[in-house]
Amino acid sequence: MIEPLTIAMPKGRIFEEAVDLLRKAGYQLPPEFDDSRKLIIDVAEENFRFILSKPTDVATYVEHGVADLGIAGKDVLLEEDRDVYEVLDLKISGCYLAVAGLPNTKMNDVAPKIATKYPKVAATFFREQGEQVEIIKLNGSIELAPIIGLADRIVDIVSTGRTLKENGLVEYETITPITSRLIVNPVSYRIKDQRISEMVASLSEVI
Amino acid sequence: MSQLFMFEKPLGMRDTLPKLYETKQHVRTALETEMKRWGYQFIATPALEYYETVGTASAILDQQLFKLLDQQGHTLVLRPDMTSPIARVAASKLLKEEFPLRLAYSDNVFRAQQREGGRPAEFEQVGVECIGDGTVSADGEMIALAVSALKAAGLENFQLSVSHAGFVKELFVQILGNEDRARELIQFLYEKNYVGYREHVKSLPLSSIDSQRLISFLDLRGGSEVIGKSLDLIENGNGKEAILELQELWDILNDYDVTKYIKFDLSLVSHMSYYTGILFEVYAGNVGFPIGNGGRYDSLLEKFGKSTGATGFAIRLDRLLEAIGELDETVPIECILFSPERRKEACAQAKELRKAGRHVVLQDISGVKDLDACSNKYSNVTFLVGNVGKEPAK
Repeated sequence: MIEPLTIAMPKGRIFEEAVDLLRKAGYQLPPEFDDSRKLIIDVAEENFRFILSKPTDVATYVEHGVADLGIAGKDVLLEEDRDVYEVLDLKISGCYLAVAGLPNTKMNDVAPKIATKYPKVAATFFREQGEQVEIIKLNGSIELAPIIGLADRIVDIVSTGRTLKENGLVEYETITPITSRLIVNPVSYRIKDQRISEMVASLSEVI
Repeated sequence: MSQLFMFEKPLGMRDTLPKLYETKQHVRTALETEMKRWGYQFIATPALEYYETVGTASAILDQQLFKLLDQQGHTLVLRPDMTSPIARVAASKLLKEEFPLRLAYSDNVFRAQQREGGRPAEFEQVGVECIGDGTVSADGEMIALAVSALKAAGLENFQLSVSHAGFVKELFVQILGNEDRARELIQFLYEKNYVGYREHVKSLPLSSIDSQRLISFLDLRGGSEVIGKSLDLIENGNGKEAILELQELWDILNDYDVTKYIKFDLSLVSHMSYYTGILFEVYAGNVGFPIGNGGRYDSLLEKFGKSTGATGFAIRLDRLLEAIGELDETVPIECILFSPERRKEACAQAKELRKAGRHVVLQDISGVKDLDACSNKYSNVTFLVGNVGKEPAK
């Protein structure tokens, strides 16, 4: 038997949309797929093995080659900067990275502080604006930071803007739009080129 | 930084324990023997070089260099690759006569890791350089030798992807008008960002035909049919030379009978500026990173004051070992346990066995605390103990 294609999937928000897309592209995924708590799911019909991981780790699995392919948000790819092929924009889980803060405020002149889950993206963005900022890395509830005085601004993903609004924050700048991407390990991209090309082709048709 | 524990090593530095050492040596010998059979001569260069010379000439990114200062304040680097030191030696010493130089090496190189583990910062490369030969035959020889050496090392499941740095550049310059714009687009290929590549192409003010040519470029992957497809993409002969080189390369590889290991992939960009012609990467089915790479680097020698063409390749021994797995059979070690009364007999017996090529440990029995553990470690244990006759082997 040929070795299965291993696909790293992000748990949570993107997962359902990604599964829908794969089904639309004609892949037979079993129904129990959707609410399984397993971390590894083999789908014999398609000769796939799915790995369910935290979204920020998908690119890591793919870079190290323990997964041939993966579905990862562009936000993760920008932050992690992994050596993987970004072959297809799946156009799912659309949102954008933005700078937000309390309304009518200015950043501190001496040492502007930015709280974010994306230290690299944030640092690069402000550097390109000619602004030297101090980054404070947080892992969640980023909106808290300006309210309680930890930072002047936050850099975070915004999908509907509701969370910002409910916490009394406003958007100052949009950094970049984000969608999920199909990523491929460089060796798999060459060794398993045929099966991967087929997958890219059938996914392209339903995007 | 917290105080170091005594067992700690710098990030990415690894020990080689006996079993791995033996496997490594076995594989290295297989590669070296094959390279020698093709007439390559091994050389060694120092681990430390000047940053200004080898450091800046190297294809390795600046942030990956280990740097230190010598007593005069010069910045030194631990050599990040072997090609630039060899280019230095070749240009300054060896390239006296007007014929190609064939050199080989197997040495450790050093590349600092900023991120998590999983990648060694010091690893061995076994490779060759063919300096002073600008022919496609030399490019073909690199690929054929790489295939041959890997097979000699016992690897069967592998593939080489071949690209041409000249073709990509020519085609892009032809379509986009100048080198800066071509470079911008090549950067996307180098970063492996095909989504970004397509978006960038769409954003450019190009005719739909040119735009389609750039999109189709990403599909130039596969067997010899890629050559025909590439010819269709070019106009006015620009980039044609590169395609003709690839055609010639394919014929050469056919003569070497290695085409079954080869695929073309013209979207492969291993480095932004280092390679100047045919280049390739080597993949093994079960390893997530390339196990080797190579190509033509015609502008490197010039940095050391000799303008001549050169090509070469390097196999990463650590990754090749990962692809091959550990050796099942290692040479068994036997043990003679003796007490002082029979030391002379033990020495003579060990000498005989060693002469016959066996690996023999000679161990004073009073130095062993746990006899069972000792007997388990060796393939065969002979006791030459006490004044009476020989005890049976355990």
